[in-house]
Amino acid sequence: MIHLSASAEAEIREHGRALYPEECCGALLGTTEADAVRVLEAVPVENARSDSRERRFHIEPEEYRRLEALARERDRDLIGFYHSHPDHPAVPSDYDREHALPFFHYVVLAVSSGEPGEMASFVLSEDRGTFSREDLLPAGPA
Amino acid sequence: MPKVLLPTPLRPYAGGSSSVEVPGATVGEALAALVERHAALERHLFDEGGRLRSFVNVYKNDEDVRYLDREATAVSPQDSLSIVPSIAGGSSPIAVDPVTLSNEEIRRYSRHLILPEVGLEGQKKLKAARVLAVGTGGLGSPLAVYLAAAGVGTIGLVDFDVVDDSNLHRQILFGTSDVGKPKLSVAVRRLKELNPNVEVVPFEERLTSENALEILRDFDVVADGTDNFPTRYLVNDACVLTGKPNVYASIFRFEGQASVFWAAKGPCYRCLYSEPPPPGLVPSCAEGGVLGILPGLLGLIQATETIKLVLGGGESLIGRLLLVDALSMRFRELKLRKNPDCVLCGPRPTVTKLIDYEAFCGIVPEPADAGVPAISVEELAAMRRRGDPFVLLDVREPHEIEICALSGSMRVPLGELTENLHRLSTADEIVVHCRSGSRSAKAVAQLKQAGFRKVRNLAGGILAWADRIDPSVPKY
Repeated sequence: MIHLSASAEAEIREHGRALYPEECCGALLGTTEADAVRVLEAVPVENARSDSRERRFHIEPEEYRRLEALARERDRDLIGFYHSHPDHPAVPSDYDREHALPFFHYVVLAVSSGEPGEMASFVLSEDRGTFSREDLLPAGPA
Repeated sequence: MPKVLLPTPLRPYAGGSSSVEVPGATVGEALAALVERHAALERHLFDEGGRLRSFVNVYKNDEDVRYLDREATAVSPQDSLSIVPSIAGGSSPIAVDPVTLSNEEIRRYSRHLILPEVGLEGQKKLKAARVLAVGTGGLGSPLAVYLAAAGVGTIGLVDFDVVDDSNLHRQILFGTSDVGKPKLSVAVRRLKELNPNVEVVPFEERLTSENALEILRDFDVVADGTDNFPTRYLVNDACVLTGKPNVYASIFRFEGQASVFWAAKGPCYRCLYSEPPPPGLVPSCAEGGVLGILPGLLGLIQATETIKLVLGGGESLIGRLLLVDALSMRFRELKLRKNPDCVLCGPRPTVTKLIDYEAFCGIVPEPADAGVPAISVEELAAMRRRGDPFVLLDVREPHEIEICALSGSMRVPLGELTENLHRLSTADEIVVHCRSGSRSAKAVAQLKQAGFRKVRNLAGGILAWADRIDPSVPKY
């Protein structure tokens, strides 16, 4: 289960709309507690792909290191990543699963004809075999 | 010993620690020692072939080992190795295996799911299916709409045209506000709106001998919705060479025909028509007209056959040619047999790769009116203004003249020209026109042959006249 703050959700939707028909991507920063994972902030990241940007995104390792440092600086955890699926439902592709890591939460936003739509969150199983959908809820009182 | 620093997501697999000291003189040895100690890390770092996963990057101190000696990079006990993921993902292609249906899809396809002949299994087959529609015109429009609605998972579309007013009476993918827009961008939007579960793959290009095999490669079934012989032979040949079924239909005025050509199980298009008709014998929709509903009827026969091929049930049109006459509303059927001497799908083929289909169909690249003297619509307008003496001959059909005509013209349909030559004088200056300039070019050639010298073709026909001289003349 993952809680998404209203500002993080708005940020992701706006990013998806702005970059349509290309994919947008970014990092999720927040807090991890025993009972809940809370995303407090969505940090937009430049898609490092030079080709197929409407079907693929890539965040370079240097950028990953910067995001970990940013999370530390703000006293938050790097919880996961988000990206959009332009004209495609909010379901993970095999490509998403193959490139996923356990622990992280992967939020996918469907953007249909430029309009942000369904948003869903996925986590990778321990055996890497399945990428399962988890509940995505608005952040409760912090 | 060198130290390996782990990213947050991998720490749980190393007992929660963020760094692990391991022996090793190279990056490869250190990583091998790491997964030996913490076996659960292995599947996240290495793929089934034992190679470092594409998104796993290793840094020696601050340098990416990809730019050093990769896994052979030497490490000393003071070095630290950081494992840094790069993050990647993307929307497609989704090869979900096994195929599953979401609750939304189950609601959407419920009338399919309660048909035993389709059911959950059939609907999953449809979702996994990849169908290529060549052309999004009169046949391709209803075909694509129904395939998308039915839940065919991947629909490829090949077209490079823009939407024209004259498409709207039959090409139901497009609306009035789409005129002038590229067909494919409109089609993708319409189909996704109809069913967002469908992946639509646009190929905004002409299908050619150079790209056909590449475009067909990822599809299971090809549906031919083209309106010309070169592309029809190209689609057929590409399907035979790649072993794919070709769901065929064609239309003319009030009649249509449909079949499924699949060399593995029956005849191909060349078994039926080993050679194309001479160029110009069979007019296109633009030249001959077509009842708007007819491609709907035939396109849906194609959609039905496509879905049956995917589901694997019923009785396919393989080996049968269905003839449809919309005026009498009669459906007839001819039995087709595989031609044992077929140059393409027979046991001794002579056509083993894609050829030049324009040349095969006798289409010469130069325009049909080449060689006949022509004048422009501007020149004609000037002659009329000056009151020059000349005869303006309109060779269109009477029902076309009802739509629009130029005043003062003599009207003789092209097919009746030879028996009306006596109405013309070789002494007169003659300008011949039709709709677009191609029939009138033939008329000019006939007149020249008959001894007329002062005869010229109106280039671009009445369409050019409407464009450049008199916009009140309707274009059809």
